[in-house]
Amino acid sequence: MFITNTEQIPGKTITAFHGVVSGSTVRAKHAGRDMLAGLKNIVGGELTAYTELLQESRDEAISRMKSQAKQMGANAIVNVRFSTSSVAAGAAEIYVYGTALSVE
Amino acid sequence: MEQLIVFAILISLGYFFGRNAEKGHYKSIIEREQTWLQLPTTSNKNVLGDDREIKQCKLVSGNVVISVDYFKQILAGLRSVFGGNIQAYETLVDRARREAVLRMKESCPGADQIINLRLETASISKGRGNQIGSVEVLAYGTAVFFHR
Repeated sequence: MFITNTEQIPGKTITAFHGVVSGSTVRAKHAGRDMLAGLKNIVGGELTAYTELLQESRDEAISRMKSQAKQMGANAIVNVRFSTSSVAAGAAEIYVYGTALSVE
Repeated sequence: MEQLIVFAILISLGYFFGRNAEKGHYKSIIEREQTWLQLPTTSNKNVLGDDREIKQCKLVSGNVVISVDYFKQILAGLRSVFGGNIQAYETLVDRARREAVLRMKESCPGADQIINLRLETASISKGRGNQIGSVEVLAYGTAVFFHR
């Protein structure tokens, strides 16, 4: 599966369009990690727990998008965009969307 | 009285650790930016100035969540009374962006170019009564590998 955030895939030709595919996930970290992040907030610096949380959720969203594209019979996704929103304290919604294509 | 002592401790903790952390972070950012200079990164949609055949291209991303320290939060709170630049937050987002771009570059060793770089900023601690001044930056783009 080729995934890019450009409109075309450099070096490939598009043979068919399949439409928009997307994947989303909402995740929260357990309370202990949350408290640690609160402490870290006093001294500043990177909140590793949240970095990991968002990275994991992005991977999850991408894999959901991929499986949707596979069902459509596509072998590439172009013009991928990410969007993040916080639905509740300590939880983040990650949404990723793109256009499924067949290329060769 | 007790509250005042706790407040003073928090502020001094924030001041010393926060300053150290920021200094160290900037130092490492500048060093790593030097080593990654040979990987051109653009926000253009097309490959720049190279007609070699493309072997592979893939989506790459890097993200980071950084929080501001307690001292700077107080400082920023004061600043918002008088208005003007809040430098504490300016350096925070600057660090986060540069770190995210660096992580993106580090995730694809051997790439020749990164095109269509996008940066996205989100505040993940909304709905918490503005307690945490933390920011998330995601950098993503398409890494292009050429045939040698």
